[in-house]
Amino acid sequence: MAAFAFYLFAGLLLTSGLMVITTRNPVHSVLWLILAFFNAAGLFILLGAEFLAMLLVIVYVGAVAVLFLFVVMMLDIDFKALQRGALKNLPLGLAVSGVILAEILLVAMGWQPGQGVIVHEALAGPPEGMTNTQWIGSQLYTRYFFVFSMSGLLLLASMIGAIVLTHRRRIGNRRQDIGAQVARTPAGTLGVGKAGLGQGVEL
Amino acid sequence: MIGLTHYLAVSAALFVLGVFGIFLNRRNIIIILMSLELILLAVNINLVAFSAFLHQVHGQIFAMFVLTVAAGEAAIGLAILVIYFRGRGTVAVDQADLMKG
Repeated sequence: MAAFAFYLFAGLLLTSGLMVITTRNPVHSVLWLILAFFNAAGLFILLGAEFLAMLLVIVYVGAVAVLFLFVVMMLDIDFKALQRGALKNLPLGLAVSGVILAEILLVAMGWQPGQGVIVHEALAGPPEGMTNTQWIGSQLYTRYFFVFSMSGLLLLASMIGAIVLTHRRRIGNRRQDIGAQVARTPAGTLGVGKAGLGQGVEL
Repeated sequence: MIGLTHYLAVSAALFVLGVFGIFLNRRNIIIILMSLELILLAVNINLVAFSAFLHQVHGQIFAMFVLTVAAGEAAIGLAILVIYFRGRGTVAVDQADLMKG
């Protein structure tokens, strides 16, 4: 059963990964990417990493993929023009990715675990009396606390960066200028004048 | 019996697919960013698989950090894409050589 689930998730993951890079329509590409994330989450559950599986669905599908979808739909991009000459890159791409695959296989074939490292045959869950989430938290908030804080800072930096990059001041709309409001004095704005009979006033 | 090697094979294949995607869609930066997401996903699968078969939690924690970086990178990348599109009216990145020295 677990083997069947693995081959199902892995097959769908690789198929949707292939579709992401070959589909003509970028909206379809994003949808295939979402399917790929769901299948990767399935693989994570098979590995016993439920928390990361849920994180993958929430962060990737819920935020990143939707962000992609927004950008694809928001910008009026001529994708036909972008596709032109794509096949020209095919031989180079095949060569480079083939070399990378061969290298990975070469390393993976001769790989041995280091001294004192045991690669177990079977999966084991978290220690007795803990859930997967508690297990992660027990290390994340103690041993990795500094790195954890840094990753929060990284998210803040990327948020500020994205806002600063895309924010633009529109010309012609009436924005509130608080500095100008505070700097106003009665002398500059109030005046008492005489209104002559039948002459009106000049402002 | 599904062992560590199976997961590593899936991860390697996904990684290579991501690299291939970058070459195949060299002009379309949106697909390039998606390929980067695929590559980072492959890295995550690798980390989680090792974490599960070594009976250690550290791989999962590092996968979380990779997730954080991937989310930040996607946000910044798409922001740059939006302002690039505003200025040029296209996202063809093979012509993005304005800052060439």
